[in-house]
Amino acid sequence: MLDPMALLRAMPGACAQGIIWGLMALGVYLTFKILDVADLTVDGSIATGGAVAVMLILAGWSPAAAMAAAFAVGMLTGAVTGVLHVALGIPAILASILTQISLYSINLNIMGKSNQAVSVDKFPLLVSLRYIPKAIAVCLVIAVALICVMYWFFGTELGCSIRATGCNKNMARAQGVNTGVITVLTLALSNGIVALSGSLLAQYQGFADVNMGRGAIVIGLAAVIIGEVIGGAVLGKYLNFMGRLAFVVVGGVIYYMVLQIVYWLKLPTDDSKLFTAIIVALFLAVPYLKGKYFTKSSYKKEASRHA
Amino acid sequence: MLELKDVVKVFYPGTVNEKVALNGLNLKLEEGDFVTVIGGNGAGKSTMLNAICGVWPIDDGKVIIDGKDVTALPEYKRAAFLGRVFQDPMTGTAATMGIDENLAMAARRGEKRGLRWGITKEEREKYYELVKSLDLGLENRLTSKVGLLSGGQRQAITLLMASLKRPKVLLLDEHTAALDPKTAAKVLALSDKIVAENKLTTLMITHNMKDAIRYGNRLIMMHEGHVIYDVRGEEKKNLQVSDLLEKFGQASGGAFANDRMMLS
Repeated sequence: MLDPMALLRAMPGACAQGIIWGLMALGVYLTFKILDVADLTVDGSIATGGAVAVMLILAGWSPAAAMAAAFAVGMLTGAVTGVLHVALGIPAILASILTQISLYSINLNIMGKSNQAVSVDKFPLLVSLRYIPKAIAVCLVIAVALICVMYWFFGTELGCSIRATGCNKNMARAQGVNTGVITVLTLALSNGIVALSGSLLAQYQGFADVNMGRGAIVIGLAAVIIGEVIGGAVLGKYLNFMGRLAFVVVGGVIYYMVLQIVYWLKLPTDDSKLFTAIIVALFLAVPYLKGKYFTKSSYKKEASRHA
Repeated sequence: MLELKDVVKVFYPGTVNEKVALNGLNLKLEEGDFVTVIGGNGAGKSTMLNAICGVWPIDDGKVIIDGKDVTALPEYKRAAFLGRVFQDPMTGTAATMGIDENLAMAARRGEKRGLRWGITKEEREKYYELVKSLDLGLENRLTSKVGLLSGGQRQAITLLMASLKRPKVLLLDEHTAALDPKTAAKVLALSDKIVAENKLTTLMITHNMKDAIRYGNRLIMMHEGHVIYDVRGEEKKNLQVSDLLEKFGQASGGAFANDRMMLS
């Protein structure tokens, strides 16, 4: 028997987790959509963010300060990928994989073992799955603040340089933009955001784990793409940059709700990554299929004329 | 204003594909010179422009802009002195940014970019008037993404961008080659107007010999990586296409092998 109430009870938790992953997806949006680089560093940097935050909280830091430190360390990881790519000429995706794999060892070193717990009973954690309404509220506030900062930032000269670099490097250089430095900076900012979300995730679940970032890029992409498809469907041509960013977070929430339904249907949890991949593949395919099969094309018009 | 001294550039050195693209190129542009550049395929015209812009380091020689040796400067730093319009209309603008935002990017060429607004209200008003002067009706679509514009419109916007912050040298790399004849004529006339109004020192590559004669005060012909013919003033005005063909034959000792030139 499937109990509808069980699904309903699971939703607030899914919502909180969705917002945290939505924050992470904002970082992915920065590289994937704006800079036009597929950055796989995030699988490592989200765990780095969690590890740094947990270790610092255990050492007596306030959670806010620990999160700031996680952000800074995250920026460092992104900068490493950027330097590998820009200064050493390694293709971006390969550079990010190298950083990601090295972060696995670094994260183990940060934590001293593969898993570090931090109890909400002993430490003043900002969010915890024990107090879900508070977790949702805190994460929402952070999400709104981050979206506002990003909206402002991409209106500034520096933000415009990033957009130009992502769109057309030749144009950017011809207008005097140092595209190499901009690429490193964007990767750093993106991974800073991802690590920040990792620090929230670790607090929420009560531990940091060296494997907590496995498949993070796929979840981030899922949120970005689900958000884009849904945002386009809801707001249509009124979807501005602020709306796009907001819908990235919404995408994260929707992703976790769908995942919750999958669990509720008692589908084997071993297959959850498989479901994730299928969901992402579906949402990736939607814009393409829509253009190909659901618009009036000359092929179809001719075909129906001769039918 | 612009000086190239014995510039050498070899592509794929030491391989079977080795190509000496610039072979001791010397050129000196005076302030206000509007030079048209012609030459066959592989003569080194575009390579010369890329050498000036610093797209890659040159193998030998010097590039001097306005008395400053820029040979060691990377592309993005030289951009402060240069306005560029490319052959491909897609290259000069950022498609996902608005017309106004593209212009604002160009307005900050050579300046530090920080956390000030990428575009201000006063700028928008200024750009409205500027774009209106193009007479393409684009002033009412100032916030439209450039990707929605046609090739000719994009080249017109790129021209505005290149001249917005008065460059020491304006470089036009066959910037009408990808346009239909009518649009090409319009963009060329616009280029001429912008150059005249701002008294810009200009280097314009063209494959159209009639245009090369009609526009500018000076014409150079390139062959095998250097200048083989340099003519200015009255002498240039009185040139005929047939003269150019003859000159080329004399200087290079071979046929002027460029179909595009013969046909246009």
